[in-house]
Amino acid sequence: MAHGSRLKAFPPKKNMTTSSSFPLAVHDLTVVYRDKPAIQDVDVNIPAGKLTAIIGPNGAGKSTFLKAVLDLLPRVAGTVEVFGKPYRQQRQLVGYVPQRASVDWDFPTTALDVVTMGTYGKLGWVKRPGKAEHDLARQCLEQVGMADFASRQISQLSGGQQQRVFLARALAQDAEVYFMDEPFVGVDALTERAIITLLQDLRQRGKTVVCVHHDLDSAPEYFDWVMLLNVRLIAAGPFDSTFTADNLRKTYGGAMKAAIDHFAHFEQSKG
Amino acid sequence: MNLLTDLIFDYTLRNIALGAAVLGIVSGVLGSFAVLRRQGLLGDTLAHAALPGICVAYLLTGSKSPLVLFLGAAISGWVATLVLLRIVRETRIKEDSALGVVLSVFFGVGIMLLTFILKHNDANQAGLDKFLFGQAATVTAEDVNTMTILGVFALLVVAVLYKEFKIITFDPNFAASLGFNDRWLGVVLTSLIVVAVVIGLRTVGVVLMSAMLVGPAVAARQWTNRLEAMVLLAGFFGALSGVAGALISVSEANLPTGPMVILSLTVIVIISLLFAPQRGILWDIKRFSKA
Repeated sequence: MAHGSRLKAFPPKKNMTTSSSFPLAVHDLTVVYRDKPAIQDVDVNIPAGKLTAIIGPNGAGKSTFLKAVLDLLPRVAGTVEVFGKPYRQQRQLVGYVPQRASVDWDFPTTALDVVTMGTYGKLGWVKRPGKAEHDLARQCLEQVGMADFASRQISQLSGGQQQRVFLARALAQDAEVYFMDEPFVGVDALTERAIITLLQDLRQRGKTVVCVHHDLDSAPEYFDWVMLLNVRLIAAGPFDSTFTADNLRKTYGGAMKAAIDHFAHFEQSKG
Repeated sequence: MNLLTDLIFDYTLRNIALGAAVLGIVSGVLGSFAVLRRQGLLGDTLAHAALPGICVAYLLTGSKSPLVLFLGAAISGWVATLVLLRIVRETRIKEDSALGVVLSVFFGVGIMLLTFILKHNDANQAGLDKFLFGQAATVTAEDVNTMTILGVFALLVVAVLYKEFKIITFDPNFAASLGFNDRWLGVVLTSLIVVAVVIGLRTVGVVLMSAMLVGPAVAARQWTNRLEAMVLLAGFFGALSGVAGALISVSEANLPTGPMVILSLTVIVIISLLFAPQRGILWDIKRFSKA
């Protein structure tokens, strides 16, 4: 909050904003679903320029957390700040990758058109995308290795290709912090490599990435910060010191062993 | 040839064809968004809900001018929408059941009021029952003017908010994260569907109106993988079936127009489902036999 006045003085300069406060600061966040807390009293500051994983069992509120941060779900309590201000004032600094399964891929449109949607936020109301927007979208498709698929109908893409289209759309948002909901789910090995290369590239450019992630095996390799969540925040911090057996036990309860050994099976059975 | 000259010079026929074409274009365009948003049944509910509005408007004013009746229909369609949203948000009833409940309650009240009006047998009421299945022969120049103004207005709104409608239709969460409020835009889109329903009252009637929203969109989707093309094509299919149905109905001893329009539309839908490249059923058979 101490940075508030300083931020006002230099609002358009992204670098100023980034260096002066957390990309995401959440205080006492509580979200209720049908009288039951889905997220309770979560307090966390996500550091800038890091790849952060949100990890926890099914029903732990991982996606809910992202949606509440993005104002897609009502909060019953708590505040969320993106670079020191409410999300509503900072939309331009935020990129979002929803779960791939959340949309109907039979929608009549092309890969390029979906990526172009990433530019709609900066375009604002009514204004149509033009050559500049389409060029940017093409570049973003190229960054995820999908340049050849620009005019392909999206239902004709594989799951991994669809996921890369979603990532390219987020890139087209040209944001400072990216929130991604399970980007690695159901993708092929090629796409997994492409995504992780992209995340590392974003980090190198000083961007912040927060991913809901379900695979405990790959998490230590991919991420440098972790947030362990099970309705309440169990722990958050640098990966090595936070991703401990003790913390995992607290997050997953008695299912921890199964969680580590057979995570996919565990998720299904809790389903 | 005779029909063609009649279309151009005959006052009644021209009104009928124009009215049906306006209805077809508007319902095709808006139906495309409704179908892609999986809200095909919303149009059905809104159309049935228009009936009590027409009756109440007539009972209150004693007037049958299109503006008064259309306004009544629009208001009760709107009330139905609000009731529907409330049910979905505040109870555990799912949307499909809520649609069914609202449809039957509003339509039931509408039929009750209509019966009441018809039984009271004042000479003025003649023709109100035509709103059930439509009667293109009763379309007047005043009706067509009102329909055209409403239609142009609805199409203008779609043209201005096209990008916004597209993104909330494909990915409402992402759209909301960008600041395009799904709830607000959804209300605008629903209101425009009410406008389409109102335009269709005279020609197609409340009972079959939903087919005019769903049919052209479903047929158009078969032929293209672009939303822009789908919207335009749906407007064209809607106009085609509207005009064809209206003309058949007046040329054959005043058949009700709604069913004729829907039958014409069905022909287009069946052809599209069977023969469209890539998505057509015959195409599938050919592909399988090759493999």
